[in-house]
Amino acid sequence: MNLNELVNMKDASFGYEGKPAVTELNFSLKKGDYLFIVGENGGGKSTLVGGLLGLRKPLSGAAHVHVKKNRVGYLPQQTAAQKDFPASVYEVVISGRLPKTGLMPFYRKKDKAAALQNMEKLNVADLRKKCFRELSGGQQRRVLLARALCSADELLVLDEPAAGLDPESTRELYLLLERLRGDGLTLIMVSHDTANALRYATHILHLGGRQEFFGSPADYAATELGHRYLGNCFDD
Amino acid sequence: MTEILQMIKEMLGYQFIVRSLIVGVLVALCAALLGVSLVLKRYSMIGDGLSHVGFGALALSAALNAEPLTVSIPIVMAAAFLLLRLSENSKIKGDAAIALISTGALAVGVVIISQTTGMNTDVNNYMFGSILAMTGTDVKISVFFTIAVLVLFVVFYNKIFAVTFDENYARATGVHAGLYNTIIALLTSVVIVVGMRMTGALLISSLIIFPALTSMRLCRKWLTVTICSAVVSVVCFASGVVCSYIFAAPTGASVVIANIIMFGLFSLVARVRKAG
Ligand SMILES: Nc1ncnc2c1ncn2[C@@H]1O[C@H](COP(=O)(O)OP(=O)(O)OP(=O)(O)O)[C@@H](O)[C@H]1O
Ligand SMILES: [Mg+2]
Repeated sequence: MNLNELVNMKDASFGYEGKPAVTELNFSLKKGDYLFIVGENGGGKSTLVGGLLGLRKPLSGAAHVHVKKNRVGYLPQQTAAQKDFPASVYEVVISGRLPKTGLMPFYRKKDKAAALQNMEKLNVADLRKKCFRELSGGQQRRVLLARALCSADELLVLDEPAAGLDPESTRELYLLLERLRGDGLTLIMVSHDTANALRYATHILHLGGRQEFFGSPADYAATELGHRYLGNCFDD
Repeated sequence: MTEILQMIKEMLGYQFIVRSLIVGVLVALCAALLGVSLVLKRYSMIGDGLSHVGFGALALSAALNAEPLTVSIPIVMAAAFLLLRLSENSKIKGDAAIALISTGALAVGVVIISQTTGMNTDVNNYMFGSILAMTGTDVKISVFFTIAVLVLFVVFYNKIFAVTFDENYARATGVHAGLYNTIIALLTSVVIVVGMRMTGALLISSLIIFPALTSMRLCRKWLTVTICSAVVSVVCFASGVVCSYIFAAPTGASVVIANIIMFGLFSLVARVRKAG
C-alpha cells in the first residue's frame, strides 16, 4: 500500500438493504487530491459519500479510507435535523469540534476560537446567535460548511456544497476550498458544476449506478461520456 | 392567599413530605433535561413504553417482597436497551414493537398483582403515584440515582446535542452515536422508575415530554430550551404538589395539569409574539 494513499476502492458496491445503488467502484486517491463526483440524479453519488464516511459498509468488494474519523469533515446533501429544531448557529458550528474533544466534557478555548474562525470564513459570524432553522437555505448550507471545516483536518467530503448558494458565495467557496487544499486537505465533492470541476479537480469520478469514469479532467473531457456531460459548458 | 401560605408552611412541617419533595424536584429536573433530546429524537414513545415496563417491574418486586427500586431499575434499563435496538432496526416497525413490549409488560404486571396482593392501595400507587408512598430507602436510592443522572447529563451535554441534532454527522466524524443513544436511554429508564413512584406509571412520560414541548414554544436555542425546560418542570412540579395538597388531589395528576396549563400559557405567548 502506498503510504500517501487515502482512499482505495476495489470492486466495491454500496446500496440499501442489500440492493446495490452503485457498483464496480475501482479508484484510489492520494493525500491532497481534489475529487469531483459527477453524474445524473440517482446515480449513487450520495450513496458513495456515505460509504466513504463509513456510514454504510460495502455490499461487496473492499473500501478503505485511511483517515482517522475525527479528522474528517462532512457536508450532507440534506440536513437530517427536523423543522423547529432549537439550535443556534454557534451551537451547530461548534458541534463540529466535538470529535476533537475526546473524553473531555466541554469545549476548550481553542475549540471556540476555531468555531469562530470558521464562521468568519463563511461569512456567518454575524448570524451566530440566530436560530439555525430560521435561516435561509443558502445560509444554512454555509453554517453546515463551517461545521464541516471545524472537523476537517485531513479530509473534507462535501455533498453538493454549492447547491443553494448565490454566485458570489459560490465563487468564494471555491476560492476557500483552494486555500484549504493548499493547507494539505484532501477534498471530495459531489457537484453538478462541471465548469468548476474542469477548473479545479485533480480527478473526476462519473457515476451512473456504476463507475462510468475515473481519471483526470482532461481525459474525462476527451471521452464521449465526458463530452456529452460537459457539453453545455463548451457551448457558451 | 395567606391561607395558602399557611398550608404550604404546614406541609413543609412534615419531614416525609419535604423528603419526597426533594426527590420530586430532582426527578422533574432530570425528566425535563432528558426530555428535550427524547422529543427531538422522536423517542417520546420509548419513555411511554418504559413506564409500562416499570409498572410490571414494580408489581414483580411487590410480589417478591423485594426493594422496589433495586428490582425495577435493572429491568427497565434492560427494556430501554432493547427498545432502542428495536427502534433503530428499520425492519421491525419501531412504534409497533414499543406497543408490544409496553402492553405485554402491563399485562404481566396486572396478572402478577391479581395472583398475589390483589388490587390494593399499593397497586393504585403504582398506577397513579403517591408522593407519600416513598419509604426512607426509596428516597435515598432516588436521590442517589437522580443526582447521578444530572451529573452525567452535564458531562455528556455537548455529545447529547450532537447526536440529537445530526446523528449521521456524529457517526461520520467518529463520535460514538450508538453509545450516547444508549446512555440517553439508560438515563431515561432511571428517571422513569424513580419518577413512577411519585406520578404513577400512567403519567410519568408526560413529565418528560411536556416541559420540552412547552419551552420549544418560545426558545430557539438548545441551551435556552434546556434551561427553560428545567425551570418549567420544577415550577410545574412545585405548584402541582401544592395544589394536590390543598385540594387533596393525586400528586401526579396535579403536576401534569400544571404542565398542561404552562404549555397553554407558552403557546399563547408564542402566538401573541408572532402576531405582534
Ligand atoms: N435511503 C434509501 N433507501 C433506499 N434507496 C435509496 C435511499 N437513498 C437513495 N436510494 C436509491 O439509491 C440510488 C442512488 O441514490 P443517491 O442518493 O446516491 O443518488 P445521487 O447520485 O446522490 O442523486 P442526486 O444527484 O439526486 O443527489 C437511487 O436510485 C435512490 O433511489
Ligand atoms: Mg445526492
